[in-house]
Amino acid sequence: MEHITKRFPGVLASDDISMSIEEGEILALVGENGAGKTTLMNILMGIYQQDEGRIFINDQEVRFRGPEDAFNAGLGMVHQQYMLVPNMTVTENVALGYKQAWKPLRLDLQMVRDRVLEVSSHYGLAVNPDAYIWQLSVGEQQRVELVKTLCLGARFLILDEPTSALTPQETDELIELLKRMKNELSIIFISHKLNEVKALSDKVVILRHGRVVFSGQTADYSSSEIAALMTGHEIVLPENRERSFNGEAALEIHDLKVRSDRGELALNGLSLTVHQGEIVGLAGVSGNGQRELAEAINGLRPVEEGKIEFFGVDIHNKSPYYVIDHGMGYIPEERNIEGIVPSFAVKENFILKDSDNKRFSLHRFLRRVEINRNAEDLTRKFDIRTPDTATAAGSLSGGNIQKVILAREITRAPRFLIAVYPTRGLDMGAIEFIHQELLKKRREGIGILLVSEELDEIMNLSDRIAVIYKGRIQKVLEHGKANKRNLGILMAGLEEEGE
Amino acid sequence: MDIIINILSMTVPFSVALLLASIGEMFNQRSGVFNLGCEGVMSMGAFVGMLVPFIAGQNGALSNGWNWLGLLLAALMGAVLGLFFGVIVVTFRAPQGIAGIGLQMFGVGTAGTLFRHFVGGTQSIPGMPNSPLPLLSKIPFIGPVFFSHNMMVYLAFLFVPVAWYILFKTSWGLRVRAVGTHPRAADSMGINVNRTRYEALALGGAMAGLAGAYLSVCQVKMFSDELIAGRGFIAVALVYFGHWHPVKIMLGALLFSFTQTIQYNVQGLGIDLPYEFFVMLPYVVVVVVLAFTSRNQTTSPTSLGKPFNREIRT
Amino acid sequence: MTERNFKVLYKVSIIVLAVLVTLLLSSFILVILGADIMKTFYTIIITPLTRVGHLTEVLVRAVPLCIIALGVAVAYRSGIINIGAEGQMAMGILGFTTVALALGDMSRAVALPLALLSAVICGALWGFVPGILKAKLQVSELLSTVMLNYIAAQFYSFCLRVPLLDPAERLSGAGTPQSARLSQAVEIGRITGRLHYGVFIALVLAVLVYLFMWKTSFGYKMRASGAQSRAARYGGINVSAYVTLAMIISGAFAGLAGGIEIAAVHRRAIEGVTNNYGFSAVVVALFGMLHPFGIIPASFFFALLIYGSTLTPRAVGVPANIVDVMQGLIIIVIVTTQMVLQNSYLEDRLWRRFSAKRQEAV
Repeated sequence: MEHITKRFPGVLASDDISMSIEEGEILALVGENGAGKTTLMNILMGIYQQDEGRIFINDQEVRFRGPEDAFNAGLGMVHQQYMLVPNMTVTENVALGYKQAWKPLRLDLQMVRDRVLEVSSHYGLAVNPDAYIWQLSVGEQQRVELVKTLCLGARFLILDEPTSALTPQETDELIELLKRMKNELSIIFISHKLNEVKALSDKVVILRHGRVVFSGQTADYSSSEIAALMTGHEIVLPENRERSFNGEAALEIHDLKVRSDRGELALNGLSLTVHQGEIVGLAGVSGNGQRELAEAINGLRPVEEGKIEFFGVDIHNKSPYYVIDHGMGYIPEERNIEGIVPSFAVKENFILKDSDNKRFSLHRFLRRVEINRNAEDLTRKFDIRTPDTATAAGSLSGGNIQKVILAREITRAPRFLIAVYPTRGLDMGAIEFIHQELLKKRREGIGILLVSEELDEIMNLSDRIAVIYKGRIQKVLEHGKANKRNLGILMAGLEEEGE
Repeated sequence: MDIIINILSMTVPFSVALLLASIGEMFNQRSGVFNLGCEGVMSMGAFVGMLVPFIAGQNGALSNGWNWLGLLLAALMGAVLGLFFGVIVVTFRAPQGIAGIGLQMFGVGTAGTLFRHFVGGTQSIPGMPNSPLPLLSKIPFIGPVFFSHNMMVYLAFLFVPVAWYILFKTSWGLRVRAVGTHPRAADSMGINVNRTRYEALALGGAMAGLAGAYLSVCQVKMFSDELIAGRGFIAVALVYFGHWHPVKIMLGALLFSFTQTIQYNVQGLGIDLPYEFFVMLPYVVVVVVLAFTSRNQTTSPTSLGKPFNREIRT
Repeated sequence: MTERNFKVLYKVSIIVLAVLVTLLLSSFILVILGADIMKTFYTIIITPLTRVGHLTEVLVRAVPLCIIALGVAVAYRSGIINIGAEGQMAMGILGFTTVALALGDMSRAVALPLALLSAVICGALWGFVPGILKAKLQVSELLSTVMLNYIAAQFYSFCLRVPLLDPAERLSGAGTPQSARLSQAVEIGRITGRLHYGVFIALVLAVLVYLFMWKTSFGYKMRASGAQSRAARYGGINVSAYVTLAMIISGAFAGLAGGIEIAAVHRRAIEGVTNNYGFSAVVVALFGMLHPFGIIPASFFFALLIYGSTLTPRAVGVPANIVDVMQGLIIIVIVTTQMVLQNSYLEDRLWRRFSAKRQEAV
């Protein structure tokens, strides 16, 4: 790839990037969230068109108008969010790209099925060709993705953050698998986890703000050198080093049973207690009931069985308003459509929970002056980068949207805070800011339930760590007793060994 | 017994317009596009369909071939309108619900305008003749109910298994289902999402046009502003009712046309209610059925109503 | 040219383009009819403005359009598209007529407000049904309101044919489906021609809707529910209640429009009063950018089209249905134009291409 440039409105996603990869090589593409890794690979796959620059394969210039051209050139990509149609079988999903099976009046699914079985046995990737995607676990879906890509004849594989939804043990298996495949394939491996990069790759390219800041042989550099290059400056994320003072119980959950959108039991008898002044980290592979837990506590999802006691008041199956009124603060998972009303101005979003509060309305008539003053205050205090407070909140960057939510939730003076994936997809500066704010709240004696899939984040911040698996708490570990290995085992649903 | 046969033998041909339109709408929705303009497309189809045999008849040509030509042109007109809708909601990504209302107003208005200009007042045409099937139509009960209608009735019901085959057994059907559920995945597999949606819209439009022409050429044998009378909207509702599956949609179409035929048999049934209440019955049934149709997550096209934009970052 | 100028120009040219497309597509239909295009547009848009008699007729049509469109906009902003105003208006007329017939002997101060109130309640009830169906059972309001239109239309003709039928018609045996003429106690006065004081009701309602939707916490919550219902629910707003309320308000407005139409224009319930106003009002609301102060001029403009098109059959031999064609096209063009205007990506790319071209030229 030479001099690739891609613009999005207001953003330069790729800025004059050049890189190359040899046959049988594993290249790690490293960078923080938002550095432009995924955009670059989407250009390589023909999903986006570059504005400038050229791509060569075996010294031949290629121009992909769509993913199909890229397949034909032997490229295949496993996206971070899996590209599988949930209500179709594995075979049907492969058939979508398997043109040989598209007979004029008939789709030859048998042919596709045979191909799936052939590929899965060749690479040792066990998949059931007749299973529907929605029946499969995240790890299984990833295998399907790999099989799918290989079925379509990929000799050059791009993996976008392949380990982000896997347990540490599944990650190890994947790394072993990729090492074996290296003999037959070239692989680009996108990650921001440096230990994986060290373990797997031959070459490393580091992106920052859409530019290549470094490229070289992985073996020649240490993890910390790469880390420094990745972030551009040393950021040491704040850590929770104080001892928890064990306040009284703030949130007590007993035997909670809640159904998911599909109607299955997403929480199956979950119990958990969080005290005032402590951060409890909820670790787990996403999709094990985290979302349903947060929604059930906040009155957004019906509870089938069980109790949720909040400072002694039972709040299960109460309205969201009731829960908010009792002092719950909540940073939701989907910040763009749940945490804010995207078409509303920033200042309007600040009063989302308080439009009837005396401070902002008098006899139901909104108090414009006060709303504006509040908005000015908060944007300044939380350093929210916005042209003005009348700008639509949805047009801000992810980090600033999260700051809008955080500012609103924190200044409402909650008695308790639930933060779901609060730093997902944010850059280091924003992560640092959010971590500091959470720790500050903790020091003020507020209990926090922190849901995250980043083990580093959880281990840094939490007083206690609860591991969730299939809608139940596997185990609760004290700060200091947890490490990646034992958390990984618990996250995979296994009992901890040898204690 | 006679009254039952009478009602049922009307139910079958009356269901055809609904059946064709809602199978067409099913393809639209399976591909992720919600075409509420179905009513307008049917109206245009009905007008075009009857115009051809009408003009031919005025010039003394009474052959049945003109009816078929009318149906064919109506289908073509429907396909064109489907593609027009595609420009609006697929290429420009306009919100589909309100754009569909626009298409409906446009279609109904255009058909009414042209009708007044080219035809004038109420003019009936001989229309498609009945062709009872030999032997089969002689079977007691079954014969008059199922096998004593015009050719379009048989063709429409034959199309139900064909539609099923297209949807589940061909590569085109696979693509349609994929772009309606997870367009991003389909795109990453090299499938042209917008093109597939255009194709589905053309097919759906053609079937809606044909459905309209069926009313004016085969069933009522004339055109009027009130001819379609909400059947386009009922067809959309039927797709939900039938969970996007051709066979269930067929059952739904039969159920609705059954409620429609009651108004023509009130006296025979000996029910003493003002006839307006029988006319409103099918609409009441739609509302009730919509209220009690479960929203099943596993079969519904989850990207229904959502325009696809490859370059929107998520 | 600076980037800002370019962007203004871009927006203006998109809007101009949209108008041209509308005119072009409607001209296409006129060509098929073999009509004189310029003369047709002149008849529709200019002729009604040339005489006071015409102008008052335009305003008479603008009143129900404006009132219904205000209600449609309230609903639309709250996330529910009300295309059932036609039925809600019909129910309003029935409510008005029933009470007006019963209270005809009372004084105007009692009879007129009560009859209008009855119109409001009937319309609101007919709006409540799709509202609650949407809020509780996620029934698409687009389908349910259309179905309720057909139901209301049948119920309306039944009422005019049987319970509300004018006794005089029954005696004469002609059986024209219409109610008896209402007493003066329930009339709204006229200013000139058929133009009546309902105009002021419409203007006052527009101001009230503006205050309600943009200056109160009710309006805030309703707009939040419409803009992003998940965020509203998260924020503790009872979305289903506000969506239902929005439909009740919307239906009430349509019902009121029906009542006013009878009290001021027809003075008895007859067939065809609703005159497709319910559908036209959706166009008006969109054209007025879902804002009361946009809806006022928009309702005048569409009243002009509707009245103008009644003149075309005689003037240029074009059926009056041409107005439906134009309204349909206008909806399509408005929603499409909005999407193009929102597409900052396209705008960005055009600007870069433009500036690159200019640099080459330099």
